[in-house]
This record gives sequence, structure tokens and C-alpha cells, in this order.
Amino acid sequence: MIDDKFINLMEKYFVQTLTESEQKEFENMLEDNSTYKQEFEEQKKVKEVLNMIRFKNPEPEVWENYWMNVYNKFERGLAWLAVSAGALIVFGWAAYQAAEKIIQDAETPGLIKLGVAALVFGSLILLFSVLREKLFVKKSDKYKEVKR
Amino acid sequence: MTIFEQLVKSNMKKAYYSALGILGSHDAAMEISQQAFIRAYRNFHKYDKKRNFFTWYYKIMRNLCMNYFRDNRNRISFDSIGEFESMEPQSNPDNIYEKIELKEKLTDALNELEFEDREIIMLKEFENHSYKEIAEIMNIPVGTVMSKLFYVRKKLAKKLESML
Repeated sequence: MIDDKFINLMEKYFVQTLTESEQKEFENMLEDNSTYKQEFEEQKKVKEVLNMIRFKNPEPEVWENYWMNVYNKFERGLAWLAVSAGALIVFGWAAYQAAEKIIQDAETPGLIKLGVAALVFGSLILLFSVLREKLFVKKSDKYKEVKR
Repeated sequence: MTIFEQLVKSNMKKAYYSALGILGSHDAAMEISQQAFIRAYRNFHKYDKKRNFFTWYYKIMRNLCMNYFRDNRNRISFDSIGEFESMEPQSNPDNIYEKIELKEKLTDALNELEFEDREIIMLKEFENHSYKEIAEIMNIPVGTVMSKLFYVRKKLAKKLESML
């Protein structure tokens, strides 16, 4: 088991923030304990390997267009929201008118009237349930950021 | 939007490279980092202006990365479109072979790491964040950051054993 103190001093060594007394303490630990020395060498080598590697830079246009892409996505998100809300209102109204006509029509069979009423009732419950989840449940859900 | 535009422009590179380090793909890093900026804009009223924007933003992006990582675990790979390159010019042919092999081994080793392990290595070794910043981002004490880094490097050392 490696002592936390040793890990702490080694990490400070890597970022060159050891004080003089800590530097001495670290050197003593390395001198007195061969396992620590071995661990230190291993960590150093892994860091060296990782430092040899760098990400490829994307084309400069990527940065030039980055903000516009964010803006466009945001704008499209808003547009979709408006389109969805508009569609919901228009189709909701059309469905209401159609349902009203069917129910008021004396020639429509009773079973169909019952079906239309159930359809309207079910849709309203579904809408209410989704809205309730969006507005109330998600606010207190600590896992809300995790996609279900 | 003007203040937010400035914030996006001054943090976009850091955001992109952080996402790239975790997701290993240019397209995914672009998509996720931009999505996170949109979410950050929607929640901008919750941002405490006295604190570092990137740390706050990163937490949003981290959640999106976690979701992406979980949904695409088997497809996430650093070698698929060669997002890495060696810093040094490879003049010696012997070195070229050695470096290619090392790069392959390192790619495999990084691919096998779990989300948090990959994230902490990316934040420290590739993005060069301070221990304090990493602690704040990951919501853990500085001492834990240090010991996590130690043990992740040990994992990598084990996978790279013959090459070190």
C-alpha cells in the first residue's frame, strides 16, 4: 500500500510546487524505500509517454464557425419549440372541432362517440402527465442530467 | 447573447479538447461541446458570475459526455480517426516503428479505461488543469485527485509494461 503522503509529494514534484522541506522529505522517502523509488520511476515514465502525445488540431475554419454552429443550433431549437407549440395548438383545435362534430352528429353510432370521447380523454391525460413530469418531477430529480 | 458569445469563443477550444479526450472523436466532441454550450445558455441564470465559467460549463458537458460514453461505449475509440499525433519529428526510422507501437499500445490502454479514469488523465495530462480545478470539476478533494491520478497511471503502466 502506498502512503498518501508519498503520492501527495510526488504529484507536487511533478508540477514543481514542492517547498524546500517537502523536497527534502520526498528525496528521503525515495532514498529510504526502494518501492517508492520504483513507483516514482514508473509514474515518471507513464507521464513521459502521455506527454509525447498531443491531439490533432482541427482545421482553422472549425474555430471560425464554432460560435455560428452553437447559435444556429440554439436558433433551430427555439424554432422547433415554436413549431411544436403551434402544431399542438392547431391540431388540438382541429381535433376538438372534429370530436365535437362527431359527438353532436345524431347519425354517429354510440360506440364511435364513446371511442372519440375516450381518445380525447386519454390524450388529455397523456398531455397532463408529460407536462407534470417536465414541470414538477424533473426539478427535484437528482438524476435529471442522466438520460433515461 | 454578446457576453455569452464571448464566453463561448474564449472557452470553445478547451471545451472541444476536453470532450475529445473523453470521447476520442472529432464529430462527437464538436456535437457534445456545442450542445453543452446551448444547455449552459439556457441555465445561464444559475451561473455564479464570481466563479470560473469553464468549471461550471464543464459540469454540464461532463453529464452529456457520460451519457454519450454510456450509449456508445463499444464504439468509442481513440484510434478510429487518429486523433493523436506525436509531438516530436520522427527522423530516425527505428524510432518510428517504436513510436507507432507505443502509440498503438497507449491507444488500447486509454480505450480500456473507465469514464472517470479517462477523464482524470485527460484533465491532468492532456489539458494540464491544476489539481484544485480538477477537484472542483469532479467534486472530490484534492488529495483524492492525486491518489486517483496515481492509480490510473499505474493501470496504464501495467498495460504498457513491455514498452516502458
